[in-house]
Amino acid sequence: MSSLGPAAGETGAASRTSRAASLEFRGVTKRYGHGEQAHGAVNDLSFEVPAGAICVLVGPSGCGKTTSLKMVNRLIEPTAGEILLDGVSILTGDVTELRRRIGYVIQQVGLFPHLTVGRNVAVVPALVGWSKERQRVRADELLSLVGLDPTSYRDRYPYQLSGGERQRVGVARALAADPPLMLMDEPFAAVDPIVRERLQDEFLRLQKDLAKTILFVTHDIDEAIKMGDLIAVMEEGGRLAQFGQPDEILAHPASDFVARFVGADRGLKRLSLVTIADLKLEPVAASARGLPEFGPSTKLRDALSVLLAADSRGGVALDGEGRPRGFVTVDAIASALSEDGHGITAEGQTSAAEGDAKVTAEGGDS
Amino acid sequence: MNGEPLIRWDWLVAHLGPIADRVGQHIYLAGIAVGIGFVISFALAAISIRRRKLYPFVIVLATGAYTIPSFALFVALVAITGPSVISAEIPLVLYTFILFVPNIVAGFDAVPLDVLDAADGMGYTRGQRLWRVELPLAVPLVVASLRLASVSTIGLVTVTAILGDSLGGLGYYILDGYHRHFTTEILIGGLLSIGLAVIADLGFVLLQRLLTPWAARRAIGVRNNEVARWT
Repeated sequence: MSSLGPAAGETGAASRTSRAASLEFRGVTKRYGHGEQAHGAVNDLSFEVPAGAICVLVGPSGCGKTTSLKMVNRLIEPTAGEILLDGVSILTGDVTELRRRIGYVIQQVGLFPHLTVGRNVAVVPALVGWSKERQRVRADELLSLVGLDPTSYRDRYPYQLSGGERQRVGVARALAADPPLMLMDEPFAAVDPIVRERLQDEFLRLQKDLAKTILFVTHDIDEAIKMGDLIAVMEEGGRLAQFGQPDEILAHPASDFVARFVGADRGLKRLSLVTIADLKLEPVAASARGLPEFGPSTKLRDALSVLLAADSRGGVALDGEGRPRGFVTVDAIASALSEDGHGITAEGQTSAAEGDAKVTAEGGDS
Repeated sequence: MNGEPLIRWDWLVAHLGPIADRVGQHIYLAGIAVGIGFVISFALAAISIRRRKLYPFVIVLATGAYTIPSFALFVALVAITGPSVISAEIPLVLYTFILFVPNIVAGFDAVPLDVLDAADGMGYTRGQRLWRVELPLAVPLVVASLRLASVSTIGLVTVTAILGDSLGGLGYYILDGYHRHFTTEILIGGLLSIGLAVIADLGFVLLQRLLTPWAARRAIGVRNNEVARWT
């Protein structure tokens, strides 16, 4: 594992968590226009993201999600309310200095066409005055991290890259100065679905080590469910419709709007959050030969699809070494929707506090 | 003129020294005009970008200057500033504005919004954004305007010959040849002037390639008549 911080001497989980910051929106409102013509882009938005968590702002176009994101690095100034980074209002310090501490990834990437890939990645280190040598080492390190070979990529210009490669460079650039917070505005929306899925998977894998606090904007509920530790569903008028963990929002939409937005297939979407490994299994019957087999990382949604397609009531769950571990049935998968704690009763709704527990962070209170 | 060759090479050989001096003067007069015109135009463009409401007025003034017939303006200025370099340069500079200003403004307008958004979001100050992002990205259209203005000005310098024998660059030979019905002089003056324009144009193309290794081929191949459309 390459060391990531500018504080290259420090290693391990302690330094990593110290590099993430908690984020809190407190009654944040943005209005455009005056008097009669004033209209709200964002309306009294309040939520907390603990350090190291990915929070996804999701909603239809015009719901104010991008406006909310841009208020964090002060590209847009709120009309009312406060945004706190590690408990400190973002309005207290110098705006340029704030932005250099926050990673920023946007849909069109915004790479500088006149700079090489290496210099694009090292833009913020250059702004804050790192030596040329340190910039170069850091750029190479980050290019490797996002899966681009530095020797073949560092001297290319952006016009020589594919869409997916540009997005990787965009992510590397945002990580360059090891920011405690990353803002990502539809970062994977401009690439085709196959590339998008690969970028999402790789980013989640990266995030396991980086443990950055991330505010992520998308209009795609499936992407929100996949990427988010926490999801803030926003509706028109810039209001927060619901805030919670993905499973909670799928299991208990707080309003008709949220239910419609997450879709009629929200049950199936919940199954995509759970893998075979999480499922209680029945013993394997002797007659199980010839039935479909599933690896431990198979999502329940995919397993169900396979079982239905094969017209089979059950299949065999394998462990990591490919040995049979238990018997999976359609009924067992169906019951997972009610069993995993959010099932049937209205009281079963998890609170935001329980949601925070999932990501084990301390910076959330302020 | 009957029986006279189109170009009398013996005259050419006998006058190589003076011709070289006139080429030098031509470059000098055009160079000053393009240089001063560029600096003033850049300031006008900068003001227009900062204050969009002023842009139409700047354009009206630049276009207005361009509508004044050069012949009339040179003659009028002789009455004020005499047959001097200043009389030659004032019109030449005025005529560059309409070639420079719209293209410089278009060059800055052509900087993609996502690039500016990224620059702001990553913490460039206003000045850093201007010098390190916007200016380099405006280079293709700025250089295109330099090509336009230099070619146009090199042609126009010949007209300054009407200010007197001490001016005009290669235009001196065109006017002198006209008065003396001497084709050789007219052709030498005209062809060398064209040659200078072509060399200047190629020089700026080369400069652009050196300054913009980052541009895709499509962008490098911008032709003057495509300048306005290329964004």
